[in-house]
Amino acid sequence: MSNILFIGLSLSSILLLIALGLSITYGAMGVINMAHGELVMIGAYTAVLSGLYLNLNLFLALPLAFLVSAGVGLAVERVIIRRLYGRIIDTLLATWGVAILLQQLIRLEFGLSFFNIHVDGLGPGFQSFPIPAFLSENFDIFGFTVQPYRSFIIVLTIALTFLTWFLMYRTSLGTQVRAIMRNPQMAAACGIDVNRISAWTFAYGSGLAGVAGVLLAGFKAVIPDMGESVVVDGFLVVVVGGVGSLFGTLLSAAVLGQINGVFAILTNDIVARAIVFGVVIFLILLRPNGLFGFKSR
Amino acid sequence: MKNRRQFLKESSALGAASFLAPSIYAGTAAGASELEVGVLFSLSGGLAMIEKSLSDATLMAIEEINAAGGVNGMMIKPILEDGASDPKTYNEKASKLVIRDRVPTVFGSYTSASRKAVLPVFEKRNNMYFYPTYYEGYECSKNVVYTGAVPNQQLSNFIPWIFKNLNKKKFFIVGSNYVYPREMAKVCKILIEQNGGETVGDEYLELGHSEWGAMVSKIKNSGCDVVLSNVVGGSVISFYREWKNQGMTHDKLPICASVTSELEVAAMGAEFAVGSYASFPYFQAINTDANNSFVERYRKFVNDPNAPTHHALESSYFQVYLWKQAVEKAGEATPDAIREGIKGQVFDAPNGRVTVDPDNLHTYLTPRICQYKDDGQGTIVDEYSEPLQPLPYSAYGETANDMYCKESGLDTSKL
Repeated sequence: MSNILFIGLSLSSILLLIALGLSITYGAMGVINMAHGELVMIGAYTAVLSGLYLNLNLFLALPLAFLVSAGVGLAVERVIIRRLYGRIIDTLLATWGVAILLQQLIRLEFGLSFFNIHVDGLGPGFQSFPIPAFLSENFDIFGFTVQPYRSFIIVLTIALTFLTWFLMYRTSLGTQVRAIMRNPQMAAACGIDVNRISAWTFAYGSGLAGVAGVLLAGFKAVIPDMGESVVVDGFLVVVVGGVGSLFGTLLSAAVLGQINGVFAILTNDIVARAIVFGVVIFLILLRPNGLFGFKSR
Repeated sequence: MKNRRQFLKESSALGAASFLAPSIYAGTAAGASELEVGVLFSLSGGLAMIEKSLSDATLMAIEEINAAGGVNGMMIKPILEDGASDPKTYNEKASKLVIRDRVPTVFGSYTSASRKAVLPVFEKRNNMYFYPTYYEGYECSKNVVYTGAVPNQQLSNFIPWIFKNLNKKKFFIVGSNYVYPREMAKVCKILIEQNGGETVGDEYLELGHSEWGAMVSKIKNSGCDVVLSNVVGGSVISFYREWKNQGMTHDKLPICASVTSELEVAAMGAEFAVGSYASFPYFQAINTDANNSFVERYRKFVNDPNAPTHHALESSYFQVYLWKQAVEKAGEATPDAIREGIKGQVFDAPNGRVTVDPDNLHTYLTPRICQYKDDGQGTIVDEYSEPLQPLPYSAYGETANDMYCKESGLDTSKL
């Protein structure tokens, strides 16, 4: 039983990890960021490349991937998204374009392959990202097998969630972000630099995607299109939890992950996924604004 | 009026004649020194990583043949097209190669989906397609030459070997959810039953699924003593990594795989595959002069000193040679002549001798089993002394003495 719960918990942690960045970019800023999966992918590639060229291990790759993805996110926000605030459907199309662009850039090695230059670790192939040995050796405590890598993901996800909560609810930056969320014009009237704060917020959300990418690289194939499937899961969690509610995101990740885990063991993964989608549809019908959504903008 | 009708009649007859004429195939028509062929693999999209290597191996064989004097004195000129990992694009590009370029043969496809998409083009236009990948069988086309393994060539050696040498009897079959793993599982079950074993589980996950926690835990608690994996692509990596994550080792409960090649092992990290088994007719580890030289030439050709070679890649290479011999035997490069010429054609490939079966146009290959080591390469632990006959309908009871796919066509009464 504890094993089943653990599987559910680790599924939840991965859902939350992906949704956390989205809860910022989509939840707080109203940008349907279809490129979120690609920011995850860029995080994973940062880990692979930094391992190859800089000899960095998993722990050092985490902050680096955060910075790289945040940088890419910031650039995307400055160039494209800031012209599209309030035009939610347009952000969907524009970021989807960005997603395709980023994916193909990696696949074509930034276009270098046109000049016959090959970058090891880029290109269309599978990439391998090693995880430290002590995170892949199991040990037993009171008959319960501890899986260090999964546990590490769970702990880190909780830490990141706490950090995000702290930023959003206990700092002046967070207060400004939440003010912009409710009403950008009013916030601007109160002297908040909406432009600048939005850019930083978007970069932070993107950085979280990068961290998720590093952790996913530990058990998932690193390929240019690895982000595609991820983004759907992320939106499910955010929408069910309620747009703009960090607690809602946390709760919906926990619930959906456990449902997925339990039914995957009882039946199989395909049925479990169908059940998860069923639950999501039911919840959205019941509560169109999500579990903890509020009406905004 | 009469004149005009006469004119129309004549010109339409002429038109029809010139339309029918394309049996004069491009290369031979020039009568000169070039013979065009199509090379159709995905150079972009999700499958590009594997298909690019197949395309390269094909081009390398063509370059080698040209350097040695070509086919009947003609140089082979490859027309490269990109299937873009999309069956619909495959169909369009195949039509372009067959109808506009009028090539007599196309080499191409990695997935069954793309092969099925181009099949109508080749059957309707009576052209030839050379398909290099191991696949699920259940096909009997007069327009395709299949040079990869079919299920009996990967499994009829594997399952009895597992019983005999690993002493395992309870199988858990796991695969990606599409036609290849499901057909493989059918053949597995027939063989497990014949050998007096038991199937304790038969489960499938979505193609590309990367969350293996629940499945591995289920396998762990199923009471099986061996796992037979038909999982493909990126999922393989998640599967093996999760296996170790949950504390499983291949010496206690081994994964025996039909799709885990050197490519996937390199991607997951060799430490996750150490001790697991795989069955293919070709491994990079085959230690013969022919193969060592092949690996060296391939790496030089693609300008990558670490490039792995694998089964479908090797088939992409040797099938061009089989085709060359067929053209030489037939004396002309038309699809019908190539089909006649390829029957029974023999070639010494890097994996050993290969022969095209005259009935079903599949290829005799030598089954091999390897165990992966910590350097990502395999040790070959078992190999047949002779190539094994391909039986594309083995899941439906086809045997060497009772073939379903004959020269005369498919005997559907037996299915």
